Parts: sequence; C-alpha cells; structure tokens
Amino acid sequence: MSPISDDLLRVEGLQVHFPIRGSVLDALLRRSRGVVRAVDGIDLSIRKGEILALVGESGSGKTTTGRVVVKLTRQTKGRVLFEGQDVSALWGTRPLRAYRRKVQLIFQDPYETLNPKHTIGEFVAEPLEVHGIGRSRAERRDRVHAALEAAGLRPAADYAARYPHELSGGQRQRVVIAGALVMDPEVIVADEPVSMLDVSIRTELLRLMLDLRRERGLTYLFITHDLSLAWVLADRIAVMYLGRIMEIGPAETVIRAPRNPYTQALVSVSPSPDPPEPGVSSTRVILSGETPDAAHVPSGCRFHPRCPVAFDRCRVEEPPLFDVGGGQQAACWLAEPGAPTAEAATRRPAASTALLG
Amino acid sequence: MTTGISGRRQWPLPKQAVPGAPLLAVEDLSVRFRMPGGPSVKAVDGVSFGLDDGEALGIAGESGCGKTTTALSLVQLLPGNGRISAGSVKLFGIDLVPKTERQLARYRWREISIVFQGAMNALNPVRRIGEQIAEPIEVRLGQAREASRKRAGELLELVGIPRQRATAYPHELSGGMRQRAMIAMALACDPAIVIGDEPTTALDVMVQAQILKLLEQLRRDLGLSLILITHDLSVIAETCDRTMVMYAGRVAEEGPVRRVFTAPRHPYTAKLLSSFPNIRADRRTLGIIPGQPPDLRTPPPGCRFAPRCSEAMPQCTTEVPPEVRFADGVRVACHLFPPGTPGSLPGTPGRAAGAPRALAGGVS
Repeated sequence: MSPISDDLLRVEGLQVHFPIRGSVLDALLRRSRGVVRAVDGIDLSIRKGEILALVGESGSGKTTTGRVVVKLTRQTKGRVLFEGQDVSALWGTRPLRAYRRKVQLIFQDPYETLNPKHTIGEFVAEPLEVHGIGRSRAERRDRVHAALEAAGLRPAADYAARYPHELSGGQRQRVVIAGALVMDPEVIVADEPVSMLDVSIRTELLRLMLDLRRERGLTYLFITHDLSLAWVLADRIAVMYLGRIMEIGPAETVIRAPRNPYTQALVSVSPSPDPPEPGVSSTRVILSGETPDAAHVPSGCRFHPRCPVAFDRCRVEEPPLFDVGGGQQAACWLAEPGAPTAEAATRRPAASTALLG
Repeated sequence: MTTGISGRRQWPLPKQAVPGAPLLAVEDLSVRFRMPGGPSVKAVDGVSFGLDDGEALGIAGESGCGKTTTALSLVQLLPGNGRISAGSVKLFGIDLVPKTERQLARYRWREISIVFQGAMNALNPVRRIGEQIAEPIEVRLGQAREASRKRAGELLELVGIPRQRATAYPHELSGGMRQRAMIAMALACDPAIVIGDEPTTALDVMVQAQILKLLEQLRRDLGLSLILITHDLSVIAETCDRTMVMYAGRVAEEGPVRRVFTAPRHPYTAKLLSSFPNIRADRRTLGIIPGQPPDLRTPPPGCRFAPRCSEAMPQCTTEVPPEVRFADGVRVACHLFPPGTPGSLPGTPGRAAGAPRALAGGVS
C-alpha cells in the first residue's frame, strides 16, 4: 500500500448495509428482516492524477461505493478520506459543499441527466448558481463557456444556446462532463459514462478523459461493468463481487495475469472482435448462474458457489486480500503465499459450477 | 444449394414457396420515413443480402446506420411513418413486400420472429411467462391449449429455465432469465428465421456470455437461421458466419466474419474494428472515427463515409462506389477497390438473389 501522503482519496473499511424494510408488524415486534450487504468492507486508495477503475457486474456494489464517495449515500461503517481528512462526518455543512465541488459525479445516462427544457448553457451554469460561484452573470458565462470548450464542445457560445434534443448522444455526454468541469473539480467519479454509446463515440470520450487528466491533473474513479473499458483507460483496476474487492492491482497485471478465479473468468469472456480460430476450442470460462442476492451472501468466500476451482476451505473461511507482488492483491486462498495450485486443490470441482468450453 | 429449409422443420412451408429458392433473399431494399414538414428520409438505400438455412448473419454499424430498420422491414414492422419504397424481400422465394397486413400475419412470428433488446419491455408484465410463450403456439399454429402449455414447458427447458418457472411473472426473473424467456418465445412457432435486435446489450458480461453460448447451442441443435443486429462487433465475432457492415443506410462491406474482421477492406470497417476496446490488444491504441454519421435528410453525394474517411480520394465525394465481389466471399463498396481489382470477381456487382453461398471462410 502506498504512503498516505500520496493518496488524494482513500476509502477505509467501507461498509454499506441497507436494512430490508419489513411490514408494520415487523417494526412493532422489532423483528429484523435482515440486511442487504451492498458494500461489505472495502479499502481503496487513489493517488492524485490516477485513474482507478472499479469493475463489477450488477449487484457488485460498485455504484454504491461511488455514491458514498460523492456522499449521496451514507455508509454504515468505515470512512472516506480526502487529502488525508475524514469527510465521513460532513453532512449539510459548508465543508460538505466545498468537498462536493472538488469531487464530482458523472452519471451513466445523459438522457436522464439533462432537462429537456433547459439549454445546455443553463444546465452547465446550474451548479455555479447552487454553489454561489461567480460574482456576475458574465463571469459565470465565461466559466460555462470554458467548461464546454474543455469538454470539446466548440464553439461554446453556439452549444450553450442549444437544447439537449439538438445534440447527439456523444455530445450530450460531453455536456454532462462540462457540467462537472465547470466546478473545477479534482476528482471525477464516472459511473458507466460511456457504456450506452456507439464504439466510435466511446473512444472519443475516453480520449477526452485522458486529455483532461493530462491538462488538469484530474483524478478518476471510473466505475464500469466492462473490463475492456477499464483496460484501455485505467492505471489500476479493482474487481468487485458481491460487495467485496476480489482483486486489485495495476491494469496490466490484473488483465494479463489475474490471480482470482472470478477475474480470470471475467477476462476470459470479455468482448473481443477477434473471431475464434477455427478448430481451436474456446478458453472462455462461462460461470453458471448470476451474482447472488446481497441479502443472502454465501458463507466463506462469497464467490465459492460459482467458482470453478473452489475447495473445502473456500466454503467456510473468507479469504483476505493477499499481496501477490507488484502492487497486486487477490482475495483467494489460492493466492495465499505457499497455497496449493488450483489443480491440486480441486481434484473434486464444486458441483454447482460449469466449465463450458 | 439446399431447398429452402432442412428436415428439422415441423410445419409445412407456405403453399407459395418456390422449390429450391434460398431461405431469404433481400434485393435492393429501400425504406423511407416521412418527416413532419420536410422531405422524406431514405433510412435504408438499396440494400441486398441473403441468408441460407442454418446460417447466422450479423448486421453491424453505428446508431442510425439502418441496421434495425433493415431487419424490421423484413416483416414490415416499421413505425407508422416508414414504408418500403423499393426492392424485394423473398422468403422461400415468396416476395413479402407486396403482401397485405392480413397476409403478413402468416409470416410474422411464425416464419420470422424477433428477440428484442429490452426483454422487460417486450414481455407482458402482468402475464406468466409460460402463458406468453404458449400463446403464439395456440393462436398462430392452432394447437390445443394443453399441447401449447406442454410445448412452452419444453421451450423453457431448451433455453435453460426450469419448467416450473413457467408460472413466474417477468419481474420475478433476472435480466438474463427474461432474455432467455424472450428467446423461448421467439422459438415458439419454430420459425424459419430468428432476428435478434441487440439481444445481449445491457446485460452483464457474464450473462451476455451465457446468452451467446445459448444462441450457439440453439444454432447447433436446431439448425437455427439467425440475423443478429448489434453495434457490438464481439457478439458477431463469436456467433455469426457472415457479417454485413452498414453505414448511413448502405452496405459498406459484407462477407465471412473471419475475412471481414481479420482483413477489413472498407476503411469504415477497419475504423470500427480499431475503435473497439479489446482486452486482447494493446492498451490505449484505440482508433477514432472523426465526426458523426451524416444527416440522412441531406446525405453527402458519392460515398457517404467520405467526409470521415482518412483514405478519401476526389472521386469519393462525387461518385457512389459500386459493390465489388471478391473470390473470398467478401463484397465491398469503396473506391479503393474498383471493379477489376485483383481477386475481385467479374460480372454484376452485389450479391444477386439466390447466388451461391460464399466459397470459403467461417461457414462450416
């Protein structure tokens, strides 16, 4: 783990449990219906200027983690540190506003984020008004135009006067980025910012994000279900499953030499436009079933019911993140120093999994 | 050349079927949309392609390239302001274009069914999935209720949903399960062709891999003929024999997937492939296609891709490139490959209806 002074943003022991709402009778009898363990104890650190991708399928807790970081959701345990300061206790106060200016969220769906009745200029100016930034109208307008230009919408004055329906999907997503840039943030939490877009537009936006990092030293927490997007963009990748980090490390090693079987399976099924070689059997590991309900987290390693190489210990004991060198960590008993090889440990593969070729 | 459709079929072919005709032959298809207060827009412009029995064709392209319109026009499920303005769609040699709504009912779902993208929107939320799958069997094929229910159960098992789940409502199923139910519904009448419109988009990667695996299995076991419409080239690479890349309503390139994806000829195909984030390729070497697809109300003259093409030559902005066919089964419409290019075939450009299947490549 890197020294604290380098980390712009840290997440420590984060836990978000949502109570399951029961009936009135349950409330009267003080019966608990249990909890949904959306995020179940994770640590993350992001250095200044770094792009950390948080990758996971639906129900992995990646979006909830992002929402806690931008303080839209309250954690049940753990804390978030920005520039070494605990921001967990900031609620409804002036410091919270200052924090929110520095850490901006970009949403997935530009169609839902943009109000069809507001011009692009009005949309981008709105956070300035909310935060009371800029002394005059002219000053705000200049900031809006600068943000639109930084997001690649030129000439800015022309775009500012338009309505969302006059823009393409890619341009709308640029508007959403401009809406974040106008606050001059240090960190951008981007939740699936490009997954709805055509490939060619996607690439442009990924390039824009890289350019903005170079020009402004921006730091990103990039949340996505698509490992290949994390691959092209991120410096480091954290893979989440059912509220926990299964593997974290430099993008290069997480993708090329994953140590957790879940990461290995995800890498093997990641989309690629290379047609399969004729006569060569596929090496894809297609896990059966879907991510279980976070209200019923399996015992031991939470991935064991779907893991192709699970053995006895995995069913009872949850593995911590083991250091496997080069800044990479994997939560798997097979990654423990001195662990048996996958072949030796799994002479009897778990019955509930399917390895399809 | 096989006769229309092989032995797996349980139901007789339509009476007008032409013996020996290919399963599907689309020729010179054009679709126009009326626009409020303006000229109509030609969303599909002179598109030709064929589909053999048991074959899978993937139609690729960016949003607005006409891929969905092309597919919907096969059974004339176009929105109210759209209509086929030219061309023919021949299923077993029967042209569907001049058919009335009433006559088309014989073909929709029974011969050509569609798996839509959002299964949650396509399934009826207040009816059990078993009933929804049984309905077309009862209504369109005139089967008894009991037999239809039984068949629905078999179809659910076929797509990997336990039979007992037939009583579930759509909201009780996960996204992947709903998409499986949607596939079961599309298979209900044992159709000649199944069209998948972005069948795996919006699903998690692992679920997407499961659905693609299912489609592969169904193809192998049932000899399904598939048309997949997707912007996701990886889906086509994994499941299709042939691919047709469309741009601004026209065919840019078509041929065996292996040929087109490993040695693209059209600059648009090449750009599309290079801009696909690929975990098996180098990082941060993504290609960019500058600009946007043209506004089809005022398409550029000549090649429609010319304004965005790095290889554009003077003639590209004035002349529409002809389709040139190659011996390896690929056809391409690009001035870089004029008629007479080494490896190209002489004769009329384009894939004529009923032309023999491509010589080699992905088709096994």
